[in-house]
Amino acid sequence: MPDGPGLELIRGEIEQDHPGAVLETSFDREQAALVVDPAQVVAVLSWLRDAPGQGYRFLSSLHAADYYPAEPRFGIHYELLNRDRVERIRVKAMLREPATAGPVGAGDPPPLPVAKASSGAVPPAPPPADEALPEIDSCVELFPTAEFQEREVFDFFGIVFKGHPDMTRILLPDDYVGWPQRRDFPIGGEPVTFTYNEANYG
Amino acid sequence: MAELAAAGGGLETEVMTINIGPHHPATHGVLRLVVDLEGEIVRDLRPVIGYVHTGIEKSCEDKSYWKVIPFVERMDYVSYFFQMEAFCGAVERLVGLEIPARAKYLRTIFLELNRIHSHLVWLGTTALDLGAVSMLWYCFRERDRILDLFEMATGQRMHTRYFQVGGVIEDIPRGFEAKLRQFVADMPVRVGQYQDLLDRNEVFLSRTKNTGIVSRERLLQLGVTGPLLRAAGEPWDLRKAFDYLAYPELDFKVPVGTVGDNYDRYRVRVAEMIESVRIIEQALDGLPEGPFIADDRKYVLPPRSELSTSMESLIHHFKLVTEGYRVEAGEVYYAIESPRGELGCFVLADGSAKPARVHIRDASFVNLQAFKDMSVGSYVADMICSLGMLDPILGGVDR
Repeated sequence: MPDGPGLELIRGEIEQDHPGAVLETSFDREQAALVVDPAQVVAVLSWLRDAPGQGYRFLSSLHAADYYPAEPRFGIHYELLNRDRVERIRVKAMLREPATAGPVGAGDPPPLPVAKASSGAVPPAPPPADEALPEIDSCVELFPTAEFQEREVFDFFGIVFKGHPDMTRILLPDDYVGWPQRRDFPIGGEPVTFTYNEANYG
Repeated sequence: MAELAAAGGGLETEVMTINIGPHHPATHGVLRLVVDLEGEIVRDLRPVIGYVHTGIEKSCEDKSYWKVIPFVERMDYVSYFFQMEAFCGAVERLVGLEIPARAKYLRTIFLELNRIHSHLVWLGTTALDLGAVSMLWYCFRERDRILDLFEMATGQRMHTRYFQVGGVIEDIPRGFEAKLRQFVADMPVRVGQYQDLLDRNEVFLSRTKNTGIVSRERLLQLGVTGPLLRAAGEPWDLRKAFDYLAYPELDFKVPVGTVGDNYDRYRVRVAEMIESVRIIEQALDGLPEGPFIADDRKYVLPPRSELSTSMESLIHHFKLVTEGYRVEAGEVYYAIESPRGELGCFVLADGSAKPARVHIRDASFVNLQAFKDMSVGSYVADMICSLGMLDPILGGVDR
């Protein structure tokens, strides 16, 4: 890991090449993280990979987390690794949920949906077809390993990676509705029919 | 006649798309492959996954930290100790809990036993795919001895829930060490027998040598880790690179291959079994005395004997079992070397008693991306061989 001052040095160097790209740094529990502007995330990743003296050439993991109800709520995490110096650095891009048709106040979180369905197992209402999804640039060109992992993030969080060769669901069925790893996704069950009789006469 | 001949000639070059799986014995689980074939040559390939997706990561968000352990174990069902270590290690780093030396050694012993177990399952099933049926019985014979050891120490043969945040749940029982030493003494002989059976087997050699080669640079781009990467000549092992558990104090080698073909993958894994045996031997010799779990009542259950005498212990016990412990907001990524490569666990804590996000970076899931590179341009039979050597566990891929 780069230590706290090392992280600030990296930030300073990125600032020279890409002003405004790094919004924040954090050094917590021995782990270094750069919070970057989502519009410039690919530029920062490619700088960390290729700039002399950096060499974070291995993308260990790409995953997302939902910080709901905080805003911006979605965090895309890139766990980079320098295998020569055995150092990890995390790049984080925080994404807002795009404003939907309804009037939503600036600071207010959107109203909470029903957290748990009753035992009657009401399926969640399907989102509108023209649902606006958060978007970020894909880093597949830079790190081919991100292909499956970006699809996984899309599958579970509904975050679209622009420029990804095949932005489709990977683990869930193609006709699945909703983004289940979002924190406001209702849990509690979907009706499952096991037999022909149950489906037709139950 | 000329038309017929032309049509016949045309048939040889027609590309045919066929479906393999998801239920097929050679796919090592429920993996579906959509393969474009030109004659017998694979021209393109698309793995379709998700058939055993069970939403474990989502389920973890609704469980207190200590209840997550049995969930993550069930992802990659062949290397359950590794998932436990990844998750427990991540939470220990989140709360800043140092585990006692004995727990480190015990965890190392069980991880390495699990690595041998996982490689045995791989060797048995892959050799079975290649026609060496007897290998399955030999490998599963030794695997059963490992499961017996797990059962003796933890009460369960699989999904043992043995690692806890702070250490391990129980000390090893009396007689376990002797039994483990016997196993450790036998295992190198057994591995030698496997090598004798396979290394001079003409069918095995001709099917594995020079098939499924992917260059080391390409593997690194694809994020491939573990024995696959080491077989291509890259000596990258998180046990050596990062400081975790008892590994820095133990002497072991990192086997690497030269060509990066399926034969090297086999050689690397077999050599790793021997190295794991050496690690277990040293860890047993150096096993320190002392507590096997940290003495921090805020995170660790108090000993059973105290519950009837100490009110304070009873309160701690009640709080831990009902609500669990709260973890200050923060996030940690902790990666270990699993039998299939880098197994990372990302845990996001939001200050409550339940994790806000648990993500496992499963090595099989990422490694599967290399399968296309391994197979395109080769025969279907080599593709089956490469898939076995890739060693994906679909429970881990789909989670």
